[in-house]
Amino acid sequence: MARVVVDVMLKPEILDPQGQAVQRALPRLGFEGIADVRQGKRFELDVAEPVTDEALARIRELAETFLANTVIEHYTVRVEEAEGAEGAGAGAAA
Amino acid sequence: MTGGLGRIGVVTFPGSLDDSDARRAVRLAGGEPVELWHRDADLRQVDAVVLPGGFSYGDYLRCGAIARFSPVMEPLLEQARGGMPVLGICNGFQVLCESHLLPGALTRNDHLHFVCRDQRLRVERTDTAWTSDYGQGQEITVPLKNGEGGYVADERTLDSLEAEGRVVFRYVGGNPNGSRRDIAGISNEAGNVVGLMPHPEHAVETLTGPTTDGLGFFTSVLKRLVTA
Repeated sequence: MARVVVDVMLKPEILDPQGQAVQRALPRLGFEGIADVRQGKRFELDVAEPVTDEALARIRELAETFLANTVIEHYTVRVEEAEGAEGAGAGAAA
Repeated sequence: MTGGLGRIGVVTFPGSLDDSDARRAVRLAGGEPVELWHRDADLRQVDAVVLPGGFSYGDYLRCGAIARFSPVMEPLLEQARGGMPVLGICNGFQVLCESHLLPGALTRNDHLHFVCRDQRLRVERTDTAWTSDYGQGQEITVPLKNGEGGYVADERTLDSLEAEGRVVFRYVGGNPNGSRRDIAGISNEAGNVVGLMPHPEHAVETLTGPTTDGLGFFTSVLKRLVTA
């Protein structure tokens, strides 16, 4: 079974107060030197069939229309396989 | 119009909280509230629709993101594009943005706190379906309660909203959530679709609300339906 991973991150220009709150907690925990933290979402889609180009295109569409809100977020789509198949490249960011 | 009263549908999604208050506001304004369910495939011949506040689908994924694909949204999107008045309050505003009926998005409050307070707003535009009973520049006070109410859009979108007069409400007396340019509510180009984070439906009678300032939303749309 193949796994397709969709990572969704807020666009750089969108304020990420959650990431900032995490970053501000770091010195208290003894972590120094981390200049910025951005928090995102990771979706792991286990695909029963082989991940064809067509299947990947549909997953990209899913990411574009549902998993990410491209007004504020960008996403990447990649195939994660046991044999270490090549990444499927980055999805478009609107 | 299908009858003597304006029939105003209020959609209930799983996790909607303010649907009964919205129906009550419609009734107090003199309209006929109609319950709509998220699985409905048609709008039961209503003349306008309110998308209420709450946490549809638990706010999972993003606020409004799953509700946007509910069966009821299909006819709603089509009729809204055809001119039917639609009001999105809080979570309903988030659904309208996720549906791209309105531009931009609502993000987590910049200070990360949930806000619950009576909020002053300035009515910036009175020629929408939902604001004709207000005066230009009138200040109103209605409850505000959200954790993800920060309105964001890119600068070009913000500029065009301002230029086209589509900023319908602005926060007064302090920006409660980091919304760009103090924007509390906006409309589509035609002015039939309005979304805002504050809750006019909670300010329709003195017993339970801080004011009755919210009633004007519902009387405005009912007048519009009578003259339509």
